[in-house]
Amino acid sequence: MEELLNNPWIVIPLRIIIVVGFVLAAVPVLTWVERRVLALMQIRKGPNRVGPAGLLQPVADGIKLFFKEDVLPERVDRFIYFLAPAGFLIPVLCAPAVIPWGPDDRLTPIADVNIGILFLLAMTSLTVYGIVLAGWSSNNKYSLLGGLRASAQTISYELAMGLSIISVVLLTGSLSMRDMVLNQQGSLGLLNWHVFRFFPLGLIATGIFLIAMLAETNRAPFDLPEAETELIAGYHTEYSSMKFAMFFMGEYASMVTISAVMVTLFFGGWLSPLPFAPFTWIPGPLWFLMKLGVFIYFFIWVRATLPRLRYDMLMKLGWLRLLPTALVNLFLVAIVLWWQK
Amino acid sequence: MFGQILFITMALVIVVTSIGVVAVRNPVRSALNLVANFFALAVLYLFLYAQFVAAVQIIVYAGAIMVLFLFTIMLLNLGSPSELSERGDLKRPVTWGLALLFVIVLAGGIFVRLGEAQPTADDLGTVQMVGKFLFTDWVYPFELTSILLLIAIVGAIVMAKRRL
Repeated sequence: MEELLNNPWIVIPLRIIIVVGFVLAAVPVLTWVERRVLALMQIRKGPNRVGPAGLLQPVADGIKLFFKEDVLPERVDRFIYFLAPAGFLIPVLCAPAVIPWGPDDRLTPIADVNIGILFLLAMTSLTVYGIVLAGWSSNNKYSLLGGLRASAQTISYELAMGLSIISVVLLTGSLSMRDMVLNQQGSLGLLNWHVFRFFPLGLIATGIFLIAMLAETNRAPFDLPEAETELIAGYHTEYSSMKFAMFFMGEYASMVTISAVMVTLFFGGWLSPLPFAPFTWIPGPLWFLMKLGVFIYFFIWVRATLPRLRYDMLMKLGWLRLLPTALVNLFLVAIVLWWQK
Repeated sequence: MFGQILFITMALVIVVTSIGVVAVRNPVRSALNLVANFFALAVLYLFLYAQFVAAVQIIVYAGAIMVLFLFTIMLLNLGSPSELSERGDLKRPVTWGLALLFVIVLAGGIFVRLGEAQPTADDLGTVQMVGKFLFTDWVYPFELTSILLLIAIVGAIVMAKRRL
């Protein structure tokens, strides 16, 4: 076993299978969870016919998508139309490569590179291409408007997100995701996490990241690129069959990825919230998955609770509220760090 | 061996996409060629142990600037994407002249041999080293660049507000 784990030809493919496999396997489960939780919150029943408690519904949906006719609209830019779904899904699946899931570094981060968080930002900033190109190549005005909205939204919220991440980088003094988790280790347990660092400052950075991550994944209340009441379905209006499924998978996979980033940056990664006996028996990856579950539940909860923002409100929130707050917060974090030295 | 194969592949991608940027008629495809070019360039930066530069290349150029380019192209000619063919006047001769000059400089560099390039330290491209040099030896150019960017921002606002 030890020997196998030290052989790079075995361990690197194994890491890729673990990470990509988990993210892809989480997608069908999440579609079921989302529909059941939304139903629960809206006093409905949700999917409950296919299998026990509707658990086989994702399988049925998958089979349906496979056998659907793949409709190609007239006068689309064929090459880009086919490229766009892959251009959306591939960066989303690359992004979790730098996230450590547990204390054992042989299995989880596929590569613990010294530019970890920058790699992640690079990959998430690329997902916008898939959306914009899908909107443009479909030869449909609703799709185009959805694509344009998505690109404007992603650029606007990426700034605030980046600034809240920089405060974590300042606290850690490193860009490696692993160092960021280890920096939150301490005898105080969850009080050592970056959320509760320098009391209101860490919390503000977390709040900014939380809002920005909803906007980055195009989830409610920031789902303007696919607002069905005004844009039919936005950028994926003209996509059907498995090409639509790739956008769908990409959206859920990016939810998993960005929640994992949230857990790693601000909520201690695989660390136990209470650093004494019965809690430390639970292995690190399990803590990580539990925290991940909380944030994915939060995504669904927000979708069931908040109405969609108007477009001008979205831009005002991004540029006039979040960005200045993030800047001032970063400045204050830097001052406190300097004063401590 | 593996590194050489990767290097040659990336170099080919860079050459092909660079030609694509200017040769392709459709402006959106031209922009996409440039994105692919930036990617391959980022991989070459990784070969030079410049991880920070590679990441910044993707975040800033591929992730932000090219998205804005695409955004602008899509907003400018929504109807027919292939209407970007300005002909005539001085552009063509000037382009050929500049290309010829470039070939002469390149040929001079190859045949005259300007001397071997000095190998740099392995950790020169890390964030720590880039930051150190940026804020010690190169702090004045760095700050001047920020002033230049500020002027550009102010200029953009002045130009935009004139029409309102």
